[in-house]
Amino acid sequence: MTEALDILLTASFWVAAIRIASPLIFATMGELICERAGVLNLGIEGIMTVGAFAGWFTVYSGGDLWAGVAVAATAGAMFGLLHAILTVPLGLSQHVVGIGITLLATSLTAFTYRLLLPEVTSPPKIEPFQPLPIPGLSQIPVVGEALFSQTPLTYLAFLTVALVAWVLYRTPLGLAVRAAGENPSAVEAQGISVSGIRIGAVMVGSALMAVGGAFLTMSAFNSFFFEMINGRGWICIALVVFGSWRPGKALLGAILFAAFDAYQVRLQQITGALVPYQVFLMLPYLLSILALILVARRATYPRALMIPYQKGER
Amino acid sequence: MTPQPPTVLRLTGITKRFGPVTANDAISLELRQGEVVALLGENGAGKTTLMNILFGHYVADEGTVEAFGRPLQPGDPRAALDAGIGMVHQHFTLAENLTVLENIALGTQKLFAPRLDRSAARRRILSLASDFGLAVDPNAIVAALTVGERQRVEILKALYRHARILILDEPTAVLTPAEADALFATLKLLVAQGLSVIFISHKLHEVMAVSDRVVVLRGGRLAGEKAISETNRSELATLMVAQDVHLPPIVDVAFGARLLLLDQVSTAGRVSGARLDRASLALKAGDITGLAGVSGNGQAALAALLAGTERMTAGTVELFGEKRGAWGAREALQLGIARIPEDRHAVGTIGDMSVTENVILESYRGRRFCRRGFLDWPAARAFAEGIIRDYEVKCPSPDARIRLLSGGNMQKLILGRALDPEPRVIVANQPTRGLDVGAVAYVHAQLIKARDRGAAILLISEDLEEIVALSDRICVISKGRISEPSRRGAKTIPQLGEMMAGHGLEAAHAS
Repeated sequence: MTEALDILLTASFWVAAIRIASPLIFATMGELICERAGVLNLGIEGIMTVGAFAGWFTVYSGGDLWAGVAVAATAGAMFGLLHAILTVPLGLSQHVVGIGITLLATSLTAFTYRLLLPEVTSPPKIEPFQPLPIPGLSQIPVVGEALFSQTPLTYLAFLTVALVAWVLYRTPLGLAVRAAGENPSAVEAQGISVSGIRIGAVMVGSALMAVGGAFLTMSAFNSFFFEMINGRGWICIALVVFGSWRPGKALLGAILFAAFDAYQVRLQQITGALVPYQVFLMLPYLLSILALILVARRATYPRALMIPYQKGER
Repeated sequence: MTPQPPTVLRLTGITKRFGPVTANDAISLELRQGEVVALLGENGAGKTTLMNILFGHYVADEGTVEAFGRPLQPGDPRAALDAGIGMVHQHFTLAENLTVLENIALGTQKLFAPRLDRSAARRRILSLASDFGLAVDPNAIVAALTVGERQRVEILKALYRHARILILDEPTAVLTPAEADALFATLKLLVAQGLSVIFISHKLHEVMAVSDRVVVLRGGRLAGEKAISETNRSELATLMVAQDVHLPPIVDVAFGARLLLLDQVSTAGRVSGARLDRASLALKAGDITGLAGVSGNGQAALAALLAGTERMTAGTVELFGEKRGAWGAREALQLGIARIPEDRHAVGTIGDMSVTENVILESYRGRRFCRRGFLDWPAARAFAEGIIRDYEVKCPSPDARIRLLSGGNMQKLILGRALDPEPRVIVANQPTRGLDVGAVAYVHAQLIKARDRGAAILLISEDLEEIVALSDRICVISKGRISEPSRRGAKTIPQLGEMMAGHGLEAAHAS
C-alpha cells in the first residue's frame, strides 16, 4: 500500500502530471474565454483535433515548430469564426452548432489527412518540442523538476493562464467580455458591440483550444493519429465549471485531473493484472465527477451563457 | 420675459411599427436645456418605444432625431451616448455579478488599453455621487444592492459619460416613496446644473411634482402637451385615458367564515427576502386583507407558501376549517387558491408562448382542456377568447405571443386565468405594480368583485394608499412577522408606516 503512496513523492509522477495538464490548460482557458463572453463552445473537441493535425502537419512539411503552433492557432480561430458566425449574429443553438463543429472538424481533419498523406500506413513522426530546463529552478527537488524541466509549450500554457487572468480582470476589454456574458444589453447600452466581443472571444478561445490540441502532436507525442484527443475537450468543459469560470481555479482543476490520470497509469503498473486496467482508466473521470459535485454545486454561471443576444428584440 | 433656453433635443414625426401594432405614430417632441419634460401615458401608449428609438435600440420606420442641433444616427446607441444622451431603463441594464465600479466603467475606457484604470474611475464616481446625492459603494457587487441603489448606479453611469440629457423610464415604479423623493431631489440638482431630463411616467402626482412640461401619449399618438403650471391632474388624466375612470365605491360587507389560518408559521427560506418568522394570519370569506410592508420583509415567502412553492418549518395551517400541512403548487390550484404573482414576466406568464397557452397553464390537466391525454385546442381557444372579451384584454389574437402585450393587458389575462374558476382564496401579490391608471382601476374592480362574491383575498402591496383604499382589514409585515389586523381606518397612514419600519410589531406579538 505504501508503494501506491510513494508514487506521489516521485518527481517523474509530477513531471508527467504537468505534461498531461498542459493541453488541458490551453483548451480550458479557451473554453473559459468563450463562456465568459456568453458562448458555450462545444466545438472544442473538434477544434483540438484540427489544431493537433494542423500543427503537426506544418512541421512535417518542413515548417518550424513555432510556425506549427501559429498555424494550429489560426486554424482553430477559423473554426471559432464559423462557430461564432452561426451562434452570435445568427443566434443559432450553441449546443447544436458546437456539436456540429466538432463533427465537421474531426471528419474534415481525417479527410485532409488522407488527402495529403494517401500512401502512409504508420503515422509519420516529427521532431517535437524538447524539454527546456530552466537553469537553477529545475534543480529544486520534485517541484522544480516538475515545473521547470518541461517543454516551451508547457511554459506557454502557464503564461496563458496569467495572461487570461490579467486581461479578464484588469483591462477594459476583459470587463467588456465578462459583461457580455453577464448582461449583453448592459454592454450594448454602453455602445460596445456585443457581437464583436463575442465573436472575438470565440475566435481567441478556439485558437487556444487548437494550441492545446497541437501540444499533443508537437510536445507530448511526435505524430498524429485519429482519436488522439479522446475526450480531452469534454473534460475541459467540466474543468471550466470546476474552476467556477476563474482562470486560476481552472488551472488547479486541470493539474488535479492530470495528476489523477498520471496516478492511475502508475497504479496499473503496481497492481499488475490483478484489476482490469479499464477500472483505472475510469478513475480520473470518476474523481472528476466527485470533485464537480463537491466544488461546483454552488457555481455561479455567467448569467447570459448560452443565451443569444439579438439587438432590438422585445 | 427671459429668452427661451436652447433646444437640446428634437424628435420629428417618429413612427414605429411592430408587425400589426403601430407603437408610435408621427410623434414630435422638443426638449430644452434645464427642464424636466414628463412623458405621460398609459402602458402601451408608446412611451418606452419612443425612448428606445431615441436611444438607438430600435430604428424608427419614419422620422428623425436631432440632438444639440445635429441629426442622430439611427439604431446606434453609441451615437446617442456620444451626443450626451443617457438612459435609465425600466429594466436595468446592469451586469449583476460585476461591481458598481465595473458596471460604470464598462465601455468608458479604450477597449484595448493594457489596464483598467480603477482608481481614476473610483474618484470620479465618488465625486459625482456626492455632487448629486447618489450615495453608493463603488466596490459593491450589484447583485447585493437594493433596487433604489441600482437605479442610482444607472444614473451615475449616464453622468459618468457626461450625459447632458437624461431619460428615465418609469423610474419610480420600483422605488419606495422615500427613495422616490430622493430621486426627485437628485433630478432638481441635475436640472440646476443645466442638464435636461425626460421623465417617463404614468403616475399623475409625480408628473405634477417633478416636471416643467408634460407631453401626453395615447395609443401611440400625441394626445396633448401642457406646461405644468397651466394644467391639473384631472385634465391630464382625461388626456391620458380618453374615457373617465371610475373606481367602484367600497361597501362594508359582513365577514364570512375563516377560510385560511396561519398560526405561528415559519418558512424555510427558499425564496428571496426575509423568511416568515412565527407569522400568524387569518383570511375570511368576503374580505380583503391588505398586507402592507417594505419589499423584502417576507411577502415573497408568504405568497410562495400559499402558492405551494415554499416549505414550512414551524407552525400550523388551517384551510377551510381543517387543520393540515402545507400544500404543493398543483394542490393549491385544486384547492381553489388563486395566485396573482408579483412578477408577471418571470412567474406569471411564459413570454414566448401564445395567449391561449398561457391562459390554460393552470388548468390544462383538468377535464376542461384535456381529453384522454390530448389537449382540446378548440376549448382552450374558446376559453382564451372568453377571457380576452370578459376582461377587456387588448391583443391581436389568442395566438399572439404574450410577451408582445403591454403590462396592463398581460395582468388582465392573468386576472382572468386566476379568477375565472371562482377561487375561494386569492393571493394577489403586487397586482398593480407598474400598471397605468386605467389598468389599476380595473384590477381593483375585479378584486372587489371577487370579494363581493365571497372570496377571501390577500392583497400584498408596497403601496400604502392602495392598501388603505382597498382593504377591509390591514396587517403589516416586517422582518417576517405579521401584525394583528386592524379595521380599515383604525390606523392612519403614518401609524402604518411606523409599523412597516418594525415599530410596535413585537409588542403586538407579546400581548
